[in-house]
Amino acid sequence: MRSRFDTERILLALAAPTLAVLVAALLSSVALLVAGHSPLSTFQSMASFGVDSGSIVQILNKSITYYLSGLAVAIGFRMNLFNIGVDGQYRIAAFFAAVAGGAVALPAPLHVLLIILVAAVVGALWAAIAGVLKVTRGVSEVISTIMLNFIAGGIVAYLLNPDRLAVRQGSQLINTHPLRQSGWFPGIPLPGGEVYGFIVVAALCGVGYTVLLNRTRFGYDLRATGLSETAAVASGVDVRRMVVRTMLISGGVAGLVGLPTLLGESHSYGQDFPLGYGFTGIAIALLGRNNPIGIGLGALLWSFLEQSSQILDLEGVPKEIVTIMQGVTVLSVVIAYELVRRFSLVQQQRRVGAELGTAAPTGDEVPA
Amino acid sequence: MSTPAAGSVPVATDAPAVELHGITKRFPGVVANRDIDIVVQPGTVHAIVGENGAGKSTLMKILYGMQRPDEGRISVNGEPVSFSSPADAISAGIGMVHQHFMLADNFTVLENVVLGAEPGRLGVLDFAAARRRIREISAAYGLDIRPERMVEDLGVGDRQRVEILKVLYRGARILILDEPTAVLVPQEVDELFGNLRELKAEGLTVLFISHKLDEVLAVADEITVIRRGTTVATVRPADVTARRLAELMVGSDLPSPETRESTVRDEVVLAVEGVTVRAEDGRTLIADVSLTIHSGEVLGIAGVEGNGQAELVEAIMGLRPAESGRVLLSGRDLTGMHTRPRRTAGIGFIPEDRTRQGLLLEATLWENRILGHQTEPPNVSGIWIDRAGARRDCERIVEEYDVRTPNIEVAASALSGGNQQKLIVGREMSSRLSLLVAAHPTRGVDVGAQAAIWDHLRAARAEGLAVLLISADLDELIGLSDSIKVILRGRLVADADPKTVTPEELGSAMTGAGDHRGGPEPSDVDEATADWPASAADGASVGSVGPAGSVGPVGPVGPAGPAAGGAVDEPADPLGGRHREPGGGT
Repeated sequence: MRSRFDTERILLALAAPTLAVLVAALLSSVALLVAGHSPLSTFQSMASFGVDSGSIVQILNKSITYYLSGLAVAIGFRMNLFNIGVDGQYRIAAFFAAVAGGAVALPAPLHVLLIILVAAVVGALWAAIAGVLKVTRGVSEVISTIMLNFIAGGIVAYLLNPDRLAVRQGSQLINTHPLRQSGWFPGIPLPGGEVYGFIVVAALCGVGYTVLLNRTRFGYDLRATGLSETAAVASGVDVRRMVVRTMLISGGVAGLVGLPTLLGESHSYGQDFPLGYGFTGIAIALLGRNNPIGIGLGALLWSFLEQSSQILDLEGVPKEIVTIMQGVTVLSVVIAYELVRRFSLVQQQRRVGAELGTAAPTGDEVPA
Repeated sequence: MSTPAAGSVPVATDAPAVELHGITKRFPGVVANRDIDIVVQPGTVHAIVGENGAGKSTLMKILYGMQRPDEGRISVNGEPVSFSSPADAISAGIGMVHQHFMLADNFTVLENVVLGAEPGRLGVLDFAAARRRIREISAAYGLDIRPERMVEDLGVGDRQRVEILKVLYRGARILILDEPTAVLVPQEVDELFGNLRELKAEGLTVLFISHKLDEVLAVADEITVIRRGTTVATVRPADVTARRLAELMVGSDLPSPETRESTVRDEVVLAVEGVTVRAEDGRTLIADVSLTIHSGEVLGIAGVEGNGQAELVEAIMGLRPAESGRVLLSGRDLTGMHTRPRRTAGIGFIPEDRTRQGLLLEATLWENRILGHQTEPPNVSGIWIDRAGARRDCERIVEEYDVRTPNIEVAASALSGGNQQKLIVGREMSSRLSLLVAAHPTRGVDVGAQAAIWDHLRAARAEGLAVLLISADLDELIGLSDSIKVILRGRLVADADPKTVTPEELGSAMTGAGDHRGGPEPSDVDEATADWPASAADGASVGSVGPAGSVGPVGPVGPAGPAAGGAVDEPADPLGGRHREPGGGT
C-alpha cells in the first residue's frame, strides 16, 4: 500500500519538472522562430558550448553563488516569508566581511572563518531589521526588505570611499583593503580552471538546511507556520519569535552569497562587486521548489543558460533569448508544480475515499 | 398544506415549488445528507434549521446544482430536474443569496447586477434597459435600491438587497438565502423580513437557512428541521415553541453519552478567576468569567454559538490575551504565558475548527501527530524530531482511535472530517494531561465514532483528567458533564445540574429566556456585558436551572433591555454609554 503511494509520488515529482522543461523549451522555440532563428541549431550550439570544460568551471562557480542565494530565499519561503532583501543582505555582508578580513592577519583557517562569521552575522542582522519591523509594527517584509536593499546599497557606497573604509587601486577602481592570502579560500583545480572551494561550504549549507527543516523542532515549527499559521499558533508556536529567527537564518545564509566571489576571486570588495544575485535567488528557490537538491539543479540550469548564452552573439542570435528562456522556465515550473500538487491532493483524497467509502457508516447513523 | 400566512397570494399551480425526496449525499467516510424529504409550497417562506454541521449547506449546494446527490429526486414546480451546475439551477428559476456577498465594491449597483448576465447585443451593453428592469424589480418587491449607487457606499443591509435583486434579475422565482441574518444588525433583520414578506406576496418562494430559532419563528411559514444529515420534522411556527424546535434540532433520543458515577476529586486543576477579554475595538467578548474544574471533573459550557465560548477557550489556551483576571493550572499561574508553556504544563486542546487550528492539512498524518506536542516524546528527543517515534505512535493512534486511513503517509486533507477529528482527539489524549480543553469534540463525527470518543473521554476522566467541554450538542453536554455552566453574552449566567436538567431547560437558559420571539440575537455580546464590575463574585451572579424548569435569576430578559441577559441582582451597566453597534463582533 505504502509503496503504491510512494511510486505515485515519485512519478508525480518527476512529472512536474519534465512538463515544465518541455513547455519552456517549446515556448523558447516559438520565441526563436519569431525572431527568425532555428531553435534546433541554437539549442545545439548552446549545449555544445555549455559542456566545454572552461564553461563547466564557470557554470559551477556561478551556481555556487546562486545556490546560496536560493537557499536563503527558500528558508523564508518555507514559512511564507518573502525575503526579497537577499541582494542587500549579501552586499552589505560581503562588504563588512571584506573590511574585517582586510584589516587582520590571522592563520589561514581562522582568517577564513572570521570572514565567514562576519558575513553571516552582518547578513543576519540586516535581515533581522525586516523581521523586527514585521513583528513589532506589522510592516510587510516584502516592502521592508526591498527598501533595505537600497539602504544597504547606499551604506556600502558611502563607506566604499578612500576617506573611509576603502583604498584606491589604480586610477579608477576603489576597493576595500585586499585580503591577505591567508584569507583566501583555496580552489579546486579542474581541467577548465579552478572551482571555488566555497562549494564545500555551500554543500554544507544545503545539508544544514535539510537537517534543520526536517529533523529539528525548530524546523518543524517553521514548516508548520508556513503550512498553517493558525494551526501553528494553536500548537504553541510563537509566530513573532519565529519570524525574527527565520529572518536571522535566512539573512545569515544570504550573508554568505558574496563570499565565493570574495574569497575565491576578487579578494576585496570593490565597486565592481557583482549585484543582483539576490533576485536570481528568488527565481532559483522557485525553480527548486525550496528543496535543497532542487535548488542545486535550478542553480546549475540557471548558470548553464547564462554561460551558454555567450555563444549566441557569435551565432547572430540575440543573447536576450536566454532571459526569455529563464523567465519561461520559472513560470512553467511554478505552474506545473501547482498543477501537480493539486492533482495529487485530489488523487489522494479520491484514493482514500475509494478505499474507505464502502466502510463508511451509512446505516448506523441515528435512528431519527 | 395550504399557504398558511394571511395575506399571501394564492398561487395558480398546486405543484410544490421545490420537492426533495430521499436525497442522500456521501462524502468519503461520512454521510452528509441522508433521506432528505422536503416539500416547499410555492409563495411561502420555508425555513430549514439545524445545528452547524447538520447538513444544511450540503443540501442547499445540491439544490443549487453545486453538488450532485448520490440518491434521490428533485422536482421544481412539479417537474423532475437534475442539475449539474448552478447555471442549470438558475435556468430552472432558482437563485442563491450567499452568506458572504459577492459584489464588486468599485462597481455601481447596476454594473454588479448585470455582471455575468450583461444585456445588449453584439457586445454593446444596453444599460438603459437593465436600469429600467432594476427599477421595476426594486419597486415591485420594495427593495428600495437605486441602480446608480456605488456598492462601496452601501451598508450591509443594502448590499444584501442588491444580492437579492441580482438573483431576481436573473429570473429566479425560488430564492435560497443562506444564513442571511448572520451579518445583519437587528433593525436590518427586520427590514430583511419585510422584504421577504414582499417577495412572498408576489408569489415567490423563499428557502431560508438558519440556526437562529427566533428569526425562523418570526418569518417562516413552515420549518423543516435537519439533524445529523436528515430531516426530522416539518412544523408550522404556530404549532411549536423555540424550545421544541431546539429540542428537535439537538435531538433528545440520541444514544446517551451518560457518565453517572462521579469521579470528581478535591484537587482543583483549572481555576479561571475573573477573566475579561475584549476585542481590539474595545467590545467585551467575555466578562468577568470565573470557574474551577477539579480533577476527574467534566465542566460543560452551554451556550448559543458566538456568546463567548470561543474567546473563553482562547483565553485559557493563551491564544488571546485577557485584559484582567487569572488562569491557574493546579495552582500555577499561567496568566500572560504563551500557548506552548501552557500546553507543556499539561493542557490538551481539541479546537473548534479542526482544519484551521487542529491540523496541517498538507502534512502527513504522522507529522500531524507532532502538532501541538512538539516538545514531548515520542515526537522529539532534545532538539530533534523523532520521526520513527512519531510514526510509531501515530500508527498506534490510528489503530486505537479507529482512524480510517490506508496509511499514515497520506496528507491530513485526504481524510474525512470525522477521521480527522478522531486523529486530533487521539493525539491530544496521548499526552500526559491534567486538563483537556475540548471544543465540540464530536462535531461532524458519525455516531459510532462519537461513542468511541465519549468512551475515551470518560476513561480519561476516571483517571483524573479535568475537562472543559464546549458543545452545541446538549445531550452530549448533559451526558458527559459533571456540572454545566451557561454562557450568555460573554458571561456565565447560570449553573445547571446535568443529573436533573433537560435539554429544553438548558436551551431556554442559553437564549436568556423561555420562548420569546423576535428578540435580539443573543450573540451581540457587547450590549449586555459592557463593563460589569470585576468584583461580582461568581456565585452572586449565577442563577440555577432547576429540574422544575425554574430558570432562576436568568429570567428577566426583555427583547431590547440594555441589561438583557444579566441576572436580577446585578447592577445595570454601571458605566453606561459603552454600547456599540451590535452584530459586528461575532
